[in-house]
Amino acid sequence: MLNETPQNELASIRKLMERSVTFVSLSGMSGVLAGIYALIGAAFAYQQIYSGEAVRSLEYYGGRIPMVQNLLLIAVLVLVSSLFTGWWFSSRKANKLGTSIWNATSRRLLINLAIPLLVGGIFTLVLLYRAYFDVVGAAVLIFYGLALLNASSNLFEEVRYLGFCELILGLLAAVFPIYSLHFWTVGFGLLHIIYGGLMYKKYDR
Amino acid sequence: MKNIFENLDKTLEHRVRLQIASVLAANESYDFNALKELLNSTDGNLATHLKALEREKYISISKSFIEKKPNTRYKITERGRVAFKKHIDAMEELIKQQRK
Repeated sequence: MLNETPQNELASIRKLMERSVTFVSLSGMSGVLAGIYALIGAAFAYQQIYSGEAVRSLEYYGGRIPMVQNLLLIAVLVLVSSLFTGWWFSSRKANKLGTSIWNATSRRLLINLAIPLLVGGIFTLVLLYRAYFDVVGAAVLIFYGLALLNASSNLFEEVRYLGFCELILGLLAAVFPIYSLHFWTVGFGLLHIIYGGLMYKKYDR
Repeated sequence: MKNIFENLDKTLEHRVRLQIASVLAANESYDFNALKELLNSTDGNLATHLKALEREKYISISKSFIEKKPNTRYKITERGRVAFKKHIDAMEELIKQQRK
């Protein structure tokens, strides 16, 4: 049993170093739920775009401001409910881990996430304002991917791969804007559910 | 065998000090309250060990005010980083030796 002590000590030191830079409270479950919200949002968006008065091509976007407003409303609702879910599950997990959700690590994480997301958000609003509707989906995916990469040093390693996937989808959406909504659905819906599920299995149980 | 024990650092042999050093080795800098929370330590206990590390010049301190509240940040020095690395290596070596 003698060799247990330094070994445990080393393991606990490694864990501490990791915990001091990683925000461990983020729950995989919130990723799954965020993905589900995105799928629901995408279904509504699909209805907005493709049903009713037939609007088959993206060129018609420009003339249909009410629809753009509805799409924006859907996107904002998905974002707000995802953020709220993330916060709620994280604070529950933090409680269970006996740490606090608001610490030096989460502050750094928030700043790292917020800068690319804010720039991306403003940029997207400018695109909407100037009626460049066909690249909006791509812009959202790309800025989100960059935000994930930027914050990955404060999150679990796997976030980096999620970020790369979002970037690839964003570029594809830029090349094939007709399928923007489909890429968006994969990026925000499917990928979040897969990623959240994997994280939940790996870290939460 | 004796050699390996000599490589262990006297200052870092204490658990809290080793924990502090490891956090500072992994981060650019860390402030007192965040350390306290992370290590689940009391003010007095943490301050004592920080002082011991400072005495060895393993860490450096910078004091500032954030919104009129004093804020103390700690950084690991080059000397501290070398000592930390040496200590961890010695611990690893020790484990290897005992496995034989």
